[in-house]
Amino acid sequence: MSTTYTIPVGPVHVGLKEPVTAWLELEGERIVNARVRPGAIHRGIEFMARERNPIQVIYLSERICGICSFSHVMCFIRAVEDLAQIGVPIRAQYIRSLVLELERVHSHILWAGVACYTIGFDSAFHLGMLMRERVMDVLELLTGNRVNYGVATFGGVRWDVTPELEKALRGMVRYYRREFTPFRDIVMEDPVAQARMRNVGVLTRDDAVRYSAVGPTARASGLRIDLRKSSPYEAYADFEVEPVVPQDYFGKAYGDVLDRFAVRVLEVYQSLDIIEKVLDGLPEGPFVAEPNPNKVLASLKKAEGTGWGIIEAPRGDDTHIVSLKGGEDNVLWWKVRAPTYANAVSWPIMFRGNELADAPLIINSIDPCISCMERMMVTDGRERGIVTKTELVNRSRQKTLDLKSKHAAGGGVGK
Amino acid sequence: MITRILPQLVKQFFSRIATNPFPARHMPPSLTEALTGPGASINPPVPVGPRFRGRLNYDRSKCIGCRLCVRVCPANATDYQPEEKKIVIHNDRCCFCAQCTEICPVKCLTMSGEYMISSYERKKNIVTDSGPLHVPEKSQA
Repeated sequence: MSTTYTIPVGPVHVGLKEPVTAWLELEGERIVNARVRPGAIHRGIEFMARERNPIQVIYLSERICGICSFSHVMCFIRAVEDLAQIGVPIRAQYIRSLVLELERVHSHILWAGVACYTIGFDSAFHLGMLMRERVMDVLELLTGNRVNYGVATFGGVRWDVTPELEKALRGMVRYYRREFTPFRDIVMEDPVAQARMRNVGVLTRDDAVRYSAVGPTARASGLRIDLRKSSPYEAYADFEVEPVVPQDYFGKAYGDVLDRFAVRVLEVYQSLDIIEKVLDGLPEGPFVAEPNPNKVLASLKKAEGTGWGIIEAPRGDDTHIVSLKGGEDNVLWWKVRAPTYANAVSWPIMFRGNELADAPLIINSIDPCISCMERMMVTDGRERGIVTKTELVNRSRQKTLDLKSKHAAGGGVGK
Repeated sequence: MITRILPQLVKQFFSRIATNPFPARHMPPSLTEALTGPGASINPPVPVGPRFRGRLNYDRSKCIGCRLCVRVCPANATDYQPEEKKIVIHNDRCCFCAQCTEICPVKCLTMSGEYMISSYERKKNIVTDSGPLHVPEKSQA
């Protein structure tokens, strides 16, 4: 007769970078089921936003996450620009894409290092941390800070790319082209690392679709999804970003941890290409539409409505929805849907059938950002019940059809 | 692979150390004394970049009390004094976003390059007046 033991990994655990609890049901060493319990790091940021005006909330949204802080800022700013119809100069769009890619480089290298640490490959971990320093230095030169750059504002960016900076950026791209390949080979050709990561934490393509995985987690399962390709924002429409999927490089997508590692490592090269394209095509012109923040605040006070911002953060698609009320300084409400929220759903699937010793690796393999994920929601309590995914898809299709017929009748899109 | 990692190890063996090794062979009775006393050699901090945002400078005589910085500060670090129509800056709350220096109509707020500002006393982090800025310490490009 088999006995099932239930053990918690977390909320505080050496293998975890942020507090989350995974209750694992074990038969011997094998995980048969898992339940994920978040809730240890909720901070109520949306509530704090309600007593701040949009310019103040830029810096608050930066503090949602330390790694992908610029993605959250961009998402929030795009949502507000969407509702207030603020135009962005093309040079500013290029600089925004540049910082987004720099952030992706540093996030993916950090994750690759941490993944090596989780499997006990400390030399590669330190090598990864060493690699990451260069992009952090460039970010500090560009924005003044290593994290929480504070570089974006409504209608543009706050600091320009100077010729010296361009030189530093090109030097960084050359450095990574030269130095990052040894790091990749050290890990991916290592037989121990392969044994620890191959066929561990498998998320099949069907499961990735069913549980709505996003970002590198979904791409590692073979799904060609990338918002930079499917709905380009900022300057990405100029660069033709192709989603990085393992079957293009290795012939088959296993959907395991090694594939997730490979996707992130290959995306670093893709980001380096984009950075070079940004620098080559950086147009002249102003880098902010309205340099006076006071005038921006005055125009945002008049704005009313709900705006959306959806971008491809390093971990997947990040969605912000912001509502402002005309005549009021402060943000009316704000909803954040971070990529980890979507990816954490597939954790229990990845756990099943694996060894207990691999649990921290599987948790880390989706690059979890628990402080991004823990959001609150206030409803008026009128609408109850659970909406299934099929119904949601049908509703979305209906909405698209409605919009299409509306635009066909009205003639032309709003913006 | 050992063949790929070996050149990295050799390279790092001869590269300059940026961090400070532990200053003593054994744990000294007072670490502060060992760090500041004679014979201690500590690598100086790396110089900050041109766009670095450090502690705020506040030129009180130039300030017109328009309260725009109070309106825009995300961290409520600027405190308005209604009697004097001036502000005081709580640097321990400051998040160094430099939004106040951007919105200030008379440019009486500037970011300095100073960053070692932690203190045991809260009052040491309150800036009431740092005087007019003689040399432009840094330019906000």
